[in-house]
Amino acid sequence: MKGFKPSGFLLALAAPVAAAVVSIIISSLAVLATHKSPIDAYKTMWEFGTTSGSLMQMLNTATPYYIAAIAIAITFRAGLFNIGVEGQLRLGAMFGAYLGAMFVLPPVIHILAIMVIAMTIGGLWAAIAGYLKVKRGVSEVISTIMLNSLAGGLSSYLLANRFMDRTTASNNMSTKEIPASGQFPDLMPLLNKLGVEDQPGGGVYGMLLFAVVLGVIFWFVINRTRFGFELRASGANPIAARVSGVNSKRMTFVALALSGAVAGLAGLPAVLGDTHAFNMGFRTGIGFSAIAVALLGRNNAVGMAISALLFGFLEVSSRSLELIDIAPETYVIMQGSILLSSVIAYEVVRRYKITLQSNELAKVAEA
Amino acid sequence: MKSKSLKALQYAALLIFVLSIIRILTGASDLTSVGTASAALLLSVPIALAGLGGLFSERSGVVNIGLEGMMIMGAWAGGMIGSKHGPWIGLFAAVCFGSVGALLHAIATITFGVDHVVSGVAINIIAAGLVRYISTIFYKSGAWLGPSQSPDVTSIGTNGIPVLSGGTYFGWKSPDVLSVLAEKHWFFISDTAAVIRGLTGDLSYVTMIAMAMIPLSVFILWKTAFGLRLRSAGEAPIAAESLGVNVYAMKYAGVLISGGLAGLGGGFLAIVAANHYQENQVAGRGYIGLAALLFGNYRPGGILMGAGLFGFADALQLRDSASIHALILLIVLILLFLVVRDFRKGKALKAALTLAFASLSLWYFLAVDELPGQLVTMTPYITTLLVMAVASQRLRMPAADGIPYRRGGMQ
Repeated sequence: MKGFKPSGFLLALAAPVAAAVVSIIISSLAVLATHKSPIDAYKTMWEFGTTSGSLMQMLNTATPYYIAAIAIAITFRAGLFNIGVEGQLRLGAMFGAYLGAMFVLPPVIHILAIMVIAMTIGGLWAAIAGYLKVKRGVSEVISTIMLNSLAGGLSSYLLANRFMDRTTASNNMSTKEIPASGQFPDLMPLLNKLGVEDQPGGGVYGMLLFAVVLGVIFWFVINRTRFGFELRASGANPIAARVSGVNSKRMTFVALALSGAVAGLAGLPAVLGDTHAFNMGFRTGIGFSAIAVALLGRNNAVGMAISALLFGFLEVSSRSLELIDIAPETYVIMQGSILLSSVIAYEVVRRYKITLQSNELAKVAEA
Repeated sequence: MKSKSLKALQYAALLIFVLSIIRILTGASDLTSVGTASAALLLSVPIALAGLGGLFSERSGVVNIGLEGMMIMGAWAGGMIGSKHGPWIGLFAAVCFGSVGALLHAIATITFGVDHVVSGVAINIIAAGLVRYISTIFYKSGAWLGPSQSPDVTSIGTNGIPVLSGGTYFGWKSPDVLSVLAEKHWFFISDTAAVIRGLTGDLSYVTMIAMAMIPLSVFILWKTAFGLRLRSAGEAPIAAESLGVNVYAMKYAGVLISGGLAGLGGGFLAIVAANHYQENQVAGRGYIGLAALLFGNYRPGGILMGAGLFGFADALQLRDSASIHALILLIVLILLFLVVRDFRKGKALKAALTLAFASLSLWYFLAVDELPGQLVTMTPYITTLLVMAVASQRLRMPAADGIPYRRGGMQ
């Protein structure tokens, strides 16, 4: 890499910058099409989005995105694609909340137990796709999509007929409340000490810290362990991996199950930190947005953190657009255009790098 | 080819025979009713169109997970434009919007070489978001009653086969022989009559057009020079290029046709299957179409069978949950058949396991009177998974399917 004195760092920046520019143009056009000023829109979003209340909500939105994106990145790194994160996190959160409310344990251990339950359920659900892929040759893309729909039906059936708490009369179907020992403490008291004032409806999920730790573990396991190396090898070049002794079928199964286990955790920030139960209002769509987060962040621990925060920021700050009579759904256009332009930009830059490299090599060969 | 269609007919007759037995045994009369057959057809058409769309794309070597998004674009355009300018223009708009989604996919995958699945998923996310954004704007401007539902579209006329299944021809009202037969409740004969009546009577003209797409696809892909070139781009692009085929152009054509068909499928959902666009109307049918394509082993006839199977499961699920309950008995029968086959082949352990599973299903069938509604809605997805699990191993996809192609072999 000695030959690229100026380009190495610049090239790494080129793709995200180009993607950002393209997506700003597209979003501006979308706003202009409704005869509104995009400049006003961005100004309003920035002003509202940078208040401390909005920043806290941004963190709360980004936390599940980040956990789910890590789950997807595990399969991407292994050359697979787990689209079923939505179903895995839904079932994981529901079983975690339902079973977790049935017992009382010492504080930290209770939370860990709920996490283990959620991971087991998510992992088992994804393992179905792993089994079908390894034993029956069914594409994991198709099977995880079908499992998403099945998880949706199964969870609404179980919640309505088996898991609902019938001791309290309420219109909202919900599992029993998890006892205090199983509730993840909020970060607000900590922030108060740092000088941040309470915000209406505010609070920051304690699972944010967990997500950070998970990111570090993900980075370490993928980049610094033998398991991570074999995972990446079977994704990058399956034939070479098999020749060098990696059991690719086992790797496929393990990657999918592990991904499902991590995905099982992605529904917990809200369940353990806010609602303390699984109910009808459980947020949908986390698993799909997380696909975009993982793609935008290049399956890289830091990159995904940045893109999760970006997605959170766009979602929260766009609520202010209602004030100036622009559809808040504009954020969907922003997220979508960032996603598509970034995958294209990364691919173009990768090509360009290869061309540069081969030119360099040609020069060396001539000399 | 002839013996193949004969065999398919035999299987169809056998299926109706078994279903009539189950109907008699369980009293689930909707299993083979006219209504179920026509609903199954109605629900099969969008899946078959999506599957055919996938066929053109994947035969040219581009994996198209984006079918779902293209169907969403089509359904939305069908409702939006159809409610303003009439159903036929709505359908035309659906085809155009599906193709616009496909154009995005083509630019990303063919011109820029982005991973096909990544681009397809991106298109699905973008399509869902885009239509929600524009729908909200329409709602706010007062043109729509809600942000998730378009105004109604006028319906397109229907017709049947003269004499056999009713309909009107130049003012002459045809008799409806099959309906009369179906009313008699004769074992097997009435069942067969009802199924044929359901499949041929009161057909929307769009359904007829969609069904005509299947032989048309066979003709285009296997009997024309264009089809040969398109398939060669999916099997051996480098060899094709060396023989003067413009591989990029073939792939663009495949993906654009794919989007048009998927868009038509979406438009069908909004205009024919319902009478307006509604959010989540597509509900994974693009993916199920893809599953039908895989099940059908990348052939139009197979896609039709796959789509019929999923459409049937979907129709029963929508119409009558008692029939789904009766279907468990069908599963028991199939399992028993497998037990006998395995036992004859000397696979005693496998036969015993299957037998255990069959008894378990039979017990569940006897123990439960009716399946809960939330579980019944899962039928099409479970069917897809089971069918894929059984069928996936004998598939042969186009050799260069999903591999980004660069002219001159540059990565």
